[in-house]
Amino acid sequence: MSSSSSFRGLRAAITGGTSGLGLALVEALSRGGARVAFVARGRDRVDHVRRQYPGTHGIVGDVSLKDDVYPIAVQMLGELGGLDLMVNNASDLGPPSLRLLADTECEDLERALAANLVGPFRLTKAVLGALSASAREGRGGVVVNISSDAAVNPYPTWGAYSVSKAALRHLTAIWNAEMQRDGVQFLSIDPGDMDTPLHAQAVPDADRSALKRPADSARDVLAAIAEALPAPARR
Amino acid sequence: MIAAVLPIQRPVDARLLVIDAFGRISHGRRSGLIDVLRPGDLVVANDAATLPASLAGRHERTGEEIEVRLAARASLSPDDVATFSAVVFGAGDFQTPTERRAAPPVLMVGDRLALGPLRATVTRLLDHPRFVSLAFDGSPDHIWAGLARHGRPIQYAHMVSALALWDVWTTFAGAPVAFEPPSAGFALDWNILEAMRERRLEFATITHAAGISSTGDEDLDARLPLDEPYVISAATARAINRALDQRRRIVAVGTTVVRALEHAAAGDGSVRPGPGLATQRITAATRLRVVNAILSGVHEPTTSHYQLLMAFADRATLERADETMNRLGFRTHEFGDSVLIERQLK
Repeated sequence: MSSSSSFRGLRAAITGGTSGLGLALVEALSRGGARVAFVARGRDRVDHVRRQYPGTHGIVGDVSLKDDVYPIAVQMLGELGGLDLMVNNASDLGPPSLRLLADTECEDLERALAANLVGPFRLTKAVLGALSASAREGRGGVVVNISSDAAVNPYPTWGAYSVSKAALRHLTAIWNAEMQRDGVQFLSIDPGDMDTPLHAQAVPDADRSALKRPADSARDVLAAIAEALPAPARR
Repeated sequence: MIAAVLPIQRPVDARLLVIDAFGRISHGRRSGLIDVLRPGDLVVANDAATLPASLAGRHERTGEEIEVRLAARASLSPDDVATFSAVVFGAGDFQTPTERRAAPPVLMVGDRLALGPLRATVTRLLDHPRFVSLAFDGSPDHIWAGLARHGRPIQYAHMVSALALWDVWTTFAGAPVAFEPPSAGFALDWNILEAMRERRLEFATITHAAGISSTGDEDLDARLPLDEPYVISAATARAINRALDQRRRIVAVGTTVVRALEHAAAGDGSVRPGPGLATQRITAATRLRVVNAILSGVHEPTTSHYQLLMAFADRATLERADETMNRLGFRTHEFGDSVLIERQLK
């Protein structure tokens, strides 16, 4: 599905929407006619992206903080009037750089779990009613949890990030098994190794030309989403 | 009866009193709700999430502290968030019962209110010293962010601690448009929705901006419920009209659902999809055209909720039910026990 109007009328929310894959998804979905709300921690970046893509709704918040999750959900659901697509994209490496598990601070593991597992779980629970209402109305209801090949492969030094993504992947599978009868689909998508701020933090001296462009990954993610949604006419 | 004081939506010992179509009363555990429902029933709930509608701030002309409780707005449109009607209290917090809360300063048209990051102007006085229309400054997104960050859910003096939003959203809550929680839906969780499906019951939702339940002022309370906007999706309207045609029971979860469905059926008796504004009052005199039974919280006889129950059962029957609930120590209010009342055969 590459037509520019594939997502017309879709109500979509994306966390981590001001850089990397999240930003590419904000751009592609808003160009495709979706009504987009995006979340990020930095007010300046949020304002910048909102100005760049007029009509999008920028929300300042941190999904890893319990007290931020409901304020984020109120804004997403309030500003869009409901929700058809939730993309949990925001991610945290855990420690400031890659390190052996034996050198990983417990607090850094907790940070990775808070951002990559518990945050998406909290936010999904808060918007699940809206997604299932959308499914009952025939508009579809899709949750995408952005995964990684580190979710399945035990790469040394990627421990904190890796276990959080492995748990998120399993969470996605269980959500999907449980919520299918309510019409809400859960997808775990590995977008590949991309040229993003998170990758630069993990591998500062990587050959960037060998990495995928976030816009290319976004196209693959959107193809999977389009597959899971009913035809645009239903919206 | 006593007020439920803990913010637990589904306590394991929650109880359910049932009044059937012949006025017969029975009771048991609310966990047995599914056994009281019947295959073929269409259960309709209100999926409105609750706004953080209580805003602390200052009345700029006098410098006095105030609490503004948003009470109603004209539509559910996401962009229509500049203008609300609101009840204004003077200084104080939720631990003081509303009827003992201080009056606000004298409010005048044009007064400016500073409510955390939000600024608003009093645009109309609504025939009562506490009740006004106000207009927020700024874009809809600015207003949503201000409400989300600064607002708190409306609190109740009978609760032991302040409520957070997660305490007052039903598990299936969607768009945040209710001013107080549609709390009859606290009885439902995803497990019971699954059980309904297994027993061939249908489940559908409407979105209805449940209004403020009490203001602490007799004159204002007499004006409740205020007009409440609602939306009925095409899918829900189809499910309801199918159930009506097939003479299957329609069970409303909460008074707001009764109000919306009966309002939407005011024409030819079938339910119109789309947005509407419920303006009518449902009382003993109302002839219900859509709803066969209501699942509700336990309410005191003076409330507008209770008035609505008289459309289902006569006063003598409700009084017998009250006696039973008093004897058994049923808990009232948002986090209390439940009643299921079938429309009596007349």
